[in-house]
Amino acid sequence: MNIKRTENDGELTLLLEGRLDTLTAPQLEDEIISDSVNKLTLDLAGLEYISSAGLRVVLSLHKKMLSKGGLTVANVGEAVLDVFNATGFTDILNII
Amino acid sequence: MEKLTLDAKKENLKSLIDYLNKILEPYNVTPKTQIQLELVAEEIFVNICSYAYSDNGGKVSISFEIFENPLSLKITFEDKGKPYNPLERKDPDINLEADKRQIGGLGVFIVKQAADECEYKYQNETNIFSVKKALDF
Repeated sequence: MNIKRTENDGELTLLLEGRLDTLTAPQLEDEIISDSVNKLTLDLAGLEYISSAGLRVVLSLHKKMLSKGGLTVANVGEAVLDVFNATGFTDILNII
Repeated sequence: MEKLTLDAKKENLKSLIDYLNKILEPYNVTPKTQIQLELVAEEIFVNICSYAYSDNGGKVSISFEIFENPLSLKITFEDKGKPYNPLERKDPDINLEADKRQIGGLGVFIVKQAADECEYKYQNETNIFSVKKALDF
């Protein structure tokens, strides 16, 4: 999986490309989100697959950002949205 | 019926997914069906890798069987690890708010959502977990 980081004035966007599964989830876990980040967005335009391992990291990031309004998730493709819907993640995340 | 035997290590996930996709190739299934089957394979395989065996590890066999009318794929996982029925696991509460959601428990839940039928039995010291799903094409 490819992760592209864009940081600007306390706003961090992580663009994910490929699959977020058991083997690649640690890459996302390893991304450092400093306390100076006020807004965290995951851009999933290039994400074609997410499994429970991926959901775990996404939830973890969302919990980390709760005091700042939570995680924003953008450009969610159909396959990933299906999984978010089935597991109630559409209700927890800010999906734009 | 096709059968694949792997060491129960997460690193072998890619081999399993590649093998699954080779089985599916002739059937031109919809992307959604393919992804749902990949999810089933990943979630069950990874759980076996994580929990079935102690440090010495072990093997897992995965068989693939095609049925007709309707066209379906049955995937059966067999391991000789400790007895465990994934279907007994309580579903996570997916209506809880973020701060109350548990991290974990989603793997089996996803399998139950994706599959048409699931079955578990323990026979000859072997956990046998099978999942059947119609192939949409």
